[in-house]
Amino acid sequence: MSASSSVVAPAAPPQPARRRGGALRRFARHKLAVFGAGIILFLTLACAIGPYLLPFTDTYIDIMQRFAPPFSGAHVLGTDALGRDMLARLLMAGRISLLVGFSAMAISMVIGITVGIVSGYYGGVLGTVLMRFVDAMLCFPSIFLLLAISALINASVSSIIILIAVTSWMEVARIVEAQIRALRARDFAVAAEALGASDRRVMFRELLPNAIAPIVVAATLNVAHAILAESYISFLGYGIQPPTPSWGNMLDSAQSYLTSAPWLAILPGAAITLAVTSFNFIGDGLRDALDPRMDGR
Amino acid sequence: MTQAPARPAAGEDDVLEVRGLNISFHTPAGEIPAVRDVSFRVRRGETLALVGESGSGKSVTSLGILRLTPKPPFCSISGQVLLRGRDGTMRDLVALPEAEMRGVRGRDAAMIFQEPMTSLNPVHRVGDQIAESIRFHEGLSRRAALGKAADLLDLVGIPDARRRLGAFPHEMSGGMRQRVMIAMALACEPRLLIADEPTTALDVTIQAQILDLLRRLQERTRMAVIFITHNLGVVAEIADRVMVMYTGRVVEQAAVRPLFRAPLMPYTRGLLRSVPRLDFAGLGREKLAAIPGTVPDPLEPPPGCSFGPRCGAFLPGSCDTAIPPLQEALPGHQVRCVRWSALTGEAA
Amino acid sequence: MIPDMTAPLLEVRDLRKWFDGPRPGLFRKRAVVKAVDGVSFDIRHGEVLSLVGESGSGKSTVGRTVLRLARPTAGQIRFAGDDITSLSRDALRPFRQKMQLVFQDPYASLNPKMTVEDIVGAPLEIHAPELSAAARRQRVAETLALVGLLPSHAARYPHEFSGGQRQRLGIARALIMQPQLLIADEPVSALDVSIQAQVVNLLLELKERLGLTILFISHDLAVVGHISDRIAVMYLGRLVEVAPTRALFTMPRHPYTEALLSAVPIPDPTIQRERIMLAGDMPSPLDPPSGCSFRTRCRYALPACAGAVPALREVAPGHLKACIRDDLHLVAPTGLDA
Repeated sequence: MSASSSVVAPAAPPQPARRRGGALRRFARHKLAVFGAGIILFLTLACAIGPYLLPFTDTYIDIMQRFAPPFSGAHVLGTDALGRDMLARLLMAGRISLLVGFSAMAISMVIGITVGIVSGYYGGVLGTVLMRFVDAMLCFPSIFLLLAISALINASVSSIIILIAVTSWMEVARIVEAQIRALRARDFAVAAEALGASDRRVMFRELLPNAIAPIVVAATLNVAHAILAESYISFLGYGIQPPTPSWGNMLDSAQSYLTSAPWLAILPGAAITLAVTSFNFIGDGLRDALDPRMDGR
Repeated sequence: MTQAPARPAAGEDDVLEVRGLNISFHTPAGEIPAVRDVSFRVRRGETLALVGESGSGKSVTSLGILRLTPKPPFCSISGQVLLRGRDGTMRDLVALPEAEMRGVRGRDAAMIFQEPMTSLNPVHRVGDQIAESIRFHEGLSRRAALGKAADLLDLVGIPDARRRLGAFPHEMSGGMRQRVMIAMALACEPRLLIADEPTTALDVTIQAQILDLLRRLQERTRMAVIFITHNLGVVAEIADRVMVMYTGRVVEQAAVRPLFRAPLMPYTRGLLRSVPRLDFAGLGREKLAAIPGTVPDPLEPPPGCSFGPRCGAFLPGSCDTAIPPLQEALPGHQVRCVRWSALTGEAA
Repeated sequence: MIPDMTAPLLEVRDLRKWFDGPRPGLFRKRAVVKAVDGVSFDIRHGEVLSLVGESGSGKSTVGRTVLRLARPTAGQIRFAGDDITSLSRDALRPFRQKMQLVFQDPYASLNPKMTVEDIVGAPLEIHAPELSAAARRQRVAETLALVGLLPSHAARYPHEFSGGQRQRLGIARALIMQPQLLIADEPVSALDVSIQAQVVNLLLELKERLGLTILFISHDLAVVGHISDRIAVMYLGRLVEVAPTRALFTMPRHPYTEALLSAVPIPDPTIQRERIMLAGDMPSPLDPPSGCSFRTRCRYALPACAGAVPALREVAPGHLKACIRDDLHLVAPTGLDA
């Protein structure tokens, strides 16, 4: 028998991968999620490219056209109290709001995953202390925390992002902790340990990829949460400061004209609603699509 | 459906007759034929062992008899399952409405499973669980039903039965829980007991206790037993007749002794040879006669005999043309192999 | 350096592994589960020693503690002469290459998110990070061939394989660093009968070819009888009998072994034998009986059995038992002659 030949007859070829791409297919079946994904894609592209295509910039003041209602003239979505083009402002504000949403999500994910994986993997005193801290943070009404801190600090886009991130990582930490704790006891994690793998390798190569589904879902919902949180703070005047537009502060400045020029409030309100519900739909869709129980094997 | 009274084909002693049973699962990937054209009978006091590996359809067959397979459109059943009722007539369970089926399960035919913990409700005391089934089928009072439950626990060898009525399932060992399941199954004195791998999760010493219990209960009640297992040692010990299944079809059926002494189907022969035997232990370490390969994908069955690709006696041209019929090779000994007579000739 | 082939590769002395049990009451002392309570054995180079017992006997805990996946409560583990009982994780790493584990459940033991190449090649990444990707791929392909799989399987994921093939993958992962000791924890009990035989054959072939030493942990006496040189029988955390395979099956010396052998069904309907039925279940390890822990189910028990834990002592060459009754003539329930 030659050295390279096997000692036994080769086993039959593996069964074909029937469930390949199953997650994508299941996501596609979720109509609302597909709709939401389309909206987010559209919003992102519009905010990124749109301002370059419009005849007006968001800061151009057309003093002759103050309070122009939508669909009435050169300004498609009308103008605000200073005669600035609403569409241009909406798109520029969208850049800020989406930036805040995605960045806050990214930072909160990093914090949440790190805390979750460390406490889930090591457990013991360290895990208990970390998770009790998470519980304490969760007990605190985060909206008041947000408002209190933002009233104290000098509000800027980056400070608002960090502020939202540090008040919204706890759910992620809990999800990751529970996942990692369960996965830790699985045989393949023990196998990695028996091979002499380092803690870092076990945590990030072996365990984390198996917890990715709930993390992705949480991330999506976190974007929605961050957009909403930014709107609250800005609406109450503690957030992104004019002239930098955000959907929240546009809503804030529209308050005085609710009866005379309702579109000033309706448009940013609709943008917020659309973005937040879209992310929530995507989250739902991903939850179903990535659920291993739907996988059949 | 009541228009299926005593059929002439069914012998007086038959408790169950299955004719041409087909069960398919409908999945997004396609239709999976889990059970194909399965026919058999079980007589009073007889134990029929259903043997096969995973994917053979043995468990699905047993679930199909009691219509415990998933509901349409996920799963479809066709064929006939004739079960003798209390009045002595044979009724076709496949055609029975679900409401009447509920009265059959647990009363005319009962089932026990591999893992009793999942079939027992963890939040109810075992006494109440047994009593509830008795009350459902026999309309006894709670008190009388509990009394009967205690008798049953006593019957299945649970010491201090009356006190054990108040125990929760998790307070019992695996063997004890399986005894409770058997007690529940026997509560209404069914004519047919279907036991799906009832000892697979148990240790050998406990397995021996449960097999012994089942044997004694059967002698006493003369019930028919369908015993599903992959363990050939257990088959040799408990079965009167054996039905071997592979990829959803019956491939061999015979009384237990001829089947073990002179199996006709190459698959059966391979199975028997691949089992390490205690009575040969330590005699030297020659290789076990493993069957090469694996069970084929049910969605892409090989042409002709489904065991062909793993069979040492595979003959191109005769084995891969059509699915071999199940033939009566010897009286009471059926085999699904076109080459059985040639192969036994070689062996002799 | 040529290792001394007569010296044991693995020496286990008085190994104990106790776990915290449930607290019986709010202010009561926590109970202790003595999962392994004073186990000693050796495995020589190239030998297959089987550890047999029912669930709850502590046999898997012995395997994992020997591999130092759990810290022993007491005792000593020496691997090739080196004491590894209390080495740190880092100090253990070189030993991890030399002793490997094959798991029972081929579904749970392979990371579903990793390809076969990553799974089987993981030990190389850990212990030989200097190896190039191409060289690593080559080693993975060779190891896959060794266990009867194809190099083309390397790009696939575990769920694309059947149970038997997955177990081959688990074996490939364990063998890629060419370990000296393989601990196989119920490696075939989750597999179908015909596949079991394939994997048992594979392990035997690999043992011959690679000169492996194997600690085979199983509840299946028939499989164990086929694969082992010696067998150690465990009951409630202790060894009750250790003997060469043939001697154990033909001349069991401990009543528990006798009952265990008697309970195994033999696939031959013509064999008629009287069965020794053990009453009841194994006692709870939280509250084991005093003295000999088997005495509550033993048909030969005497009042003296409750006294002290019987020592495991040699009663014939290479045949050890832990039972005070030397007057017994136990039957070989298999119908085998000595």
